[in-house]
Amino acid sequence: MAILVLAEHDNRTLHPATLNAVAAAQRIGGDVHLLVAGHGAGAVAGAAARVSGVARVLHADAPQLADALAENLAAQVLAVAGRYGHILAPATATGKNVLPRVAATLDVAQISEIVAVLDADTFQRPIYAGNALATVRSADAVKVATVRMTAFDPVAPEGGHASVESIPAAADAGLSRFVSRETTRLERPELTSARIVVSGGRGLGSGGNFAELLEPLADKLGAALGASRAAVDAGYVPNDYQIGQTGKIVAPQLYIAVGISGAIQHLAGMKDAKVIVAINKDPEAPIFSVADYGLVGDLFTLVPELVAALG
Amino acid sequence: MKILVAIKRVVDFNVKIRVKPDRSGVDVADAKMSMNPFDEIAVEEAVRLKEAGTASEIVVVSCGVAQCQEVLRTALALGADRAILVQSDEELQPLAVAKLLKALVDRERPQLVILGKQAIDDDSNQTGQMLAALAGMPQATFASKLDIADGRATVVREVDGGLETIAVTLPAVVTTDLRLNEPRYVKLPNIMKAKSKPLAVFSTAELGVDVAPRLETISVSEPARRSAGVRLPDVKTLVEKLKLEAKVL
Ligand SMILES: Cc1cc2nc3c(=O)[nH]c(=O)nc-3n(C[C@H](O)[C@H](O)[C@H](O)COP(=O)(O)OP(=O)(O)OC[C@H]3O[C@@H](n4cnc5c(N)ncnc54)[C@H](O)[C@@H]3O)c2cc1C
Repeated sequence: MAILVLAEHDNRTLHPATLNAVAAAQRIGGDVHLLVAGHGAGAVAGAAARVSGVARVLHADAPQLADALAENLAAQVLAVAGRYGHILAPATATGKNVLPRVAATLDVAQISEIVAVLDADTFQRPIYAGNALATVRSADAVKVATVRMTAFDPVAPEGGHASVESIPAAADAGLSRFVSRETTRLERPELTSARIVVSGGRGLGSGGNFAELLEPLADKLGAALGASRAAVDAGYVPNDYQIGQTGKIVAPQLYIAVGISGAIQHLAGMKDAKVIVAINKDPEAPIFSVADYGLVGDLFTLVPELVAALG
Repeated sequence: MKILVAIKRVVDFNVKIRVKPDRSGVDVADAKMSMNPFDEIAVEEAVRLKEAGTASEIVVVSCGVAQCQEVLRTALALGADRAILVQSDEELQPLAVAKLLKALVDRERPQLVILGKQAIDDDSNQTGQMLAALAGMPQATFASKLDIADGRATVVREVDGGLETIAVTLPAVVTTDLRLNEPRYVKLPNIMKAKSKPLAVFSTAELGVDVAPRLETISVSEPARRSAGVRLPDVKTLVEKLKLEAKVL
């Protein structure tokens, strides 16, 4: 049977997380179909058809699909679910929101945040903030799973020639309504796909310091900015900067942790980075136990020095 | 308005867990257990709604072993009115818990069900969404602000790009994110008072739910461990290392 992947998008562009989910689908084996459910999202359907390895794009377009409301989007997936043995979505806020609804309606389990495909029924997923890896086998007729993006190298966004099939839009469930969105403006690379991440914690002391110290560093490196929960809770930066067990999962080539102690909940989100640098004044801080390179000292002198040294 | 709050007993967030040498699971035998942190936030939100006069009754539910009574008593001490334990010694996966909660929703008819967005042991992030689907309710997950008025919940949600506000009709399911509120501490006199609050016990059979696990855990292993690297004397050395040794610049 074919595999359905729910495309992540904002009605304008296909989110790259989709490419990681397609990669996971390819490991399972079988035709991969992408579902683009949105409103005025023709360009996304077009982009989806060019994704390498995709055999078919299902495109549903209607106002009630504009904002990825869980009730309507789940109904759209369920409308075509009968054709598929596997239903996947990237483990984004949208995927996590919608897919369990699909699974429960199909009376099957969901396998959350898979990091490896062992065979068509068997998957690996992290538990306990990534401190253990469980290998689980599903006996259900349909396998519903979200895919941890960092665990699968993305397929190429170009090179495919899938057919696009328009499908009827699921009716508006009438239970929920989109009101507004407050998105953080992105002048920088997106956190989850950035090659370099500069991340700040409570040690920065204020939102002003966070911006003054870390933005020049991120600018120099072309890096994305992230943060610990403590920095977000204290209001230094918006919620979507949070990295960790309950925030975003990143695996950049280089992660620079500044004034972050390294709680297990934070490590859960970044310990798969290729190279970790820690800057912290406390030589005992747990972040040093995962850092490849550590600088013990005051971040208020070390960070400006680093910016200067990068020339 | 009646609120149902679902809470889970989990290994405390401060405990560093160990994988069993035979790779059959995680060794939790002697670990300190607590209420899942997200569920504390769920209880707190319900209590605040009651204090504000929006809610009239708070029913807390936990599904699991007899010792889950401890977290239920904690929730009662925090301000819940009565508790339900669905007692089972079996492994309860999110779909099974959602079905048990659906059975209780049918009995209790709450206007609002609040759950944590994820449990910090299995990290599934499923139960609230599954319950909403089974009960035919709308859902507002990852909530960082909740307002109830005119038969609707208006919820600010934490999403990947920032914040999003949606309105859902009641009855509805809400799952909590970290910044919804800061839970209060339990006061000693309230712990005493909580002892006399009602706590009902059901079996899974009484609720007519088949809780057989759908996912079989074949093994549990330790992730590849990172070893600590080196401390560097200065920024200059760091830049050299990043360029020449790690080759990431
Ligand atoms: C259910 C739950 C979920 C959670 N999820 C997450 C999550 O997803 N992500 C996350 O990050 N956390 C999460 N946490 C929180 C986590 O446990 C820690 O509290 C948090 O990561 C700490 O953030 P921090 O390192 O910035 O702050 P702190 O632990 O306070 O560390 C600050 C560090 O800055 C250093 N410092 C201070 N001043 C300076 C200076 N001048 N120069 C150099 N160094 C300095 C200090 O030495 C210290 O190490 C979660 C917690 C719970 C209970």
